[in-house]
Amino acid sequence: MSSTSKFRVLSTTLLVGAGALAMSACAPKPPKQLPPEPGPVVATQTYAPAPQLPAGPVPGSQADFLAAINGRDTIHFAFDKYNVDDISVDILKAQAGWLLKYPGKKVTLEGHADERGTRDYNLALGERRATAAKNYLVSLGVDASRITTVSYGKERPVDTASTEEAWAKNRRAVTVTID
Amino acid sequence: MTMRKLALLLALGTSMAVAASPALTQTITPDPVVTPAAQPTGVLTGTVSDDTAWQSLGIYIPAFATNADTPTAASGGSTAQLGRSIAEVITGDLKNNGLFKPVGPATLPGVPIIQVTTPDFPKWSERGAEMLVHGSVQAASNGNLLVGCYLYDVSLKQQLVKANWEMAPSDWRRAAHKCADTVYSRLSGESPFFDSRIAYIAETGPKDHRMKRLAIMDSDGANHRFITTGQAMALTPRFSPDYKKIVYLSYLNGRPRIYVYDVESATQRLVAETGSPTFAPRWSPDGKWILYSMATAGNTNIYRVSAQGGSAQKLTDTPGINIGGSYSPDGRKIVFESDRGGSQQVYVMNADGSEQRRISFFGGRAATPEWSPRGDQIAFTHIAGNLSVGVMNLDGGGMRHLTDSWQDEAPTWAPNGRIIQFFRTEKTTGKTSIWQVDLTGRNERRLPTPVDGSDPSWGPIRE
Repeated sequence: MSSTSKFRVLSTTLLVGAGALAMSACAPKPPKQLPPEPGPVVATQTYAPAPQLPAGPVPGSQADFLAAINGRDTIHFAFDKYNVDDISVDILKAQAGWLLKYPGKKVTLEGHADERGTRDYNLALGERRATAAKNYLVSLGVDASRITTVSYGKERPVDTASTEEAWAKNRRAVTVTID
Repeated sequence: MTMRKLALLLALGTSMAVAASPALTQTITPDPVVTPAAQPTGVLTGTVSDDTAWQSLGIYIPAFATNADTPTAASGGSTAQLGRSIAEVITGDLKNNGLFKPVGPATLPGVPIIQVTTPDFPKWSERGAEMLVHGSVQAASNGNLLVGCYLYDVSLKQQLVKANWEMAPSDWRRAAHKCADTVYSRLSGESPFFDSRIAYIAETGPKDHRMKRLAIMDSDGANHRFITTGQAMALTPRFSPDYKKIVYLSYLNGRPRIYVYDVESATQRLVAETGSPTFAPRWSPDGKWILYSMATAGNTNIYRVSAQGGSAQKLTDTPGINIGGSYSPDGRKIVFESDRGGSQQVYVMNADGSEQRRISFFGGRAATPEWSPRGDQIAFTHIAGNLSVGVMNLDGGGMRHLTDSWQDEAPTWAPNGRIIQFFRTEKTTGKTSIWQVDLTGRNERRLPTPVDGSDPSWGPIRE
């Protein structure tokens, strides 16, 4: 589930810790027949440049992916739209190039919506956006079985302001590598 | 004003029928005794000649009396303490709904047990009471509680209705809600709604990483309980009509899918074994069917599956997003949301998916439709700049807003179809809270929750 990115591993650990605290504090009976819950998948929004480690990122890692695509792991969408525009095409081409170089790697496309819509609809809209990005990568030769999608609807904004600028940033699909 | 008066006339017109209506036969344990009292012809005509008079209708609710102050297993304490607590719960119920201004036990003298059935009318009249609620609490030999509830018209010196319930001590609040329902129904002519529960999402944490947990509570916020730990994000719960199960969306294992959670056994199962994400679960009124929406290849469509499991039937089949769904009370039709025409609008279809047609044509986007339990209206979220809660007739006409805020969404009906709950999101902070508003749009109030709350789902009146 977790990637090799240090950011990602670290935040997952913290979440599991926080979750355990919450559980012990509130102590509702956990469902008996469920598998243990992992921490929630984190919508990693790493816009920062790839870490400048002396040795460089491990080839095929999330850090390597981000370095190869200049940190452009995210494409954006117009209000209530899911079509892949020209800017997004360039971004997805770069991502596809890396994916074709590492055919053993899989990715998840996380679809998101801005906060100015209803919860149910935004979940479906986020899924639609993630699928549009996936379909474009597939059209560039990436095997569909290597790409999963997940929608977070309006639940995981990357910019928490309630402004047009923030909403534009939040209408997005993010490509995250998984191991 | 006009609307209010009309509602009052309706209330008066139906009040006599109510005394014998099935609504009052709902009970907690076997063989409740609900006795309609003498027919109160024209009882209220003198007091409701205008809005103000009705609003100030003084309902006095002193502490319920007990024959002997006996320890009980209830959290509320002994029978005497319970008598006060029950009167407080009734007062809270009757407050803030635009019909009554109740006076609770905190400022009223106690009532000797003998006066519960023979009130001291002159004394209450002197205090300004127009209506009077008396009651009794006794410990039964089997450990249960016996609660009696009596409503009197002070000026006529007449009993309007009485009811008795026997229940486990832990259910003492239900007796209070049943008494409040009895009073409310008798005086308003409406069906009861206080003895009901709500499932919702409890929210904590920063806006970009909210923890969202499934939680349940009584209609007044009491008996609150968190169901999930928050490790997996939970959204959009719905209580089954018998309150034994909850369908909701969980991100368990990182994948958004619908689960059916069994309240008693604390176990859950997937509603559909599918590799695709599922959203927006809903029950049929008889609890036999579950609607869910599933995304495949970017499109989302609505499916129906037996609550027992089995194969699902696809009800919508169009490109775009078809989502949600709310059954008519008779279970024959479903109102749902679709953007097949270009933007979110409200559609109606038969329960088997046939005869799908759009009904919302008033501009803006229309989402999350919910069919009134009375069958005559549809509540929905209107997206036109801000998000507001509105209602429309079954043909899409008569649209009007009930709220006016930055972001109000996801209406859910009270069991009697007279009040709507929804959740409000605060601009910038993203903080959420649960509110309720009556159909006039004038009586709006926030429901107390321990932390932020969203996605309320109001269940039916409890049997």
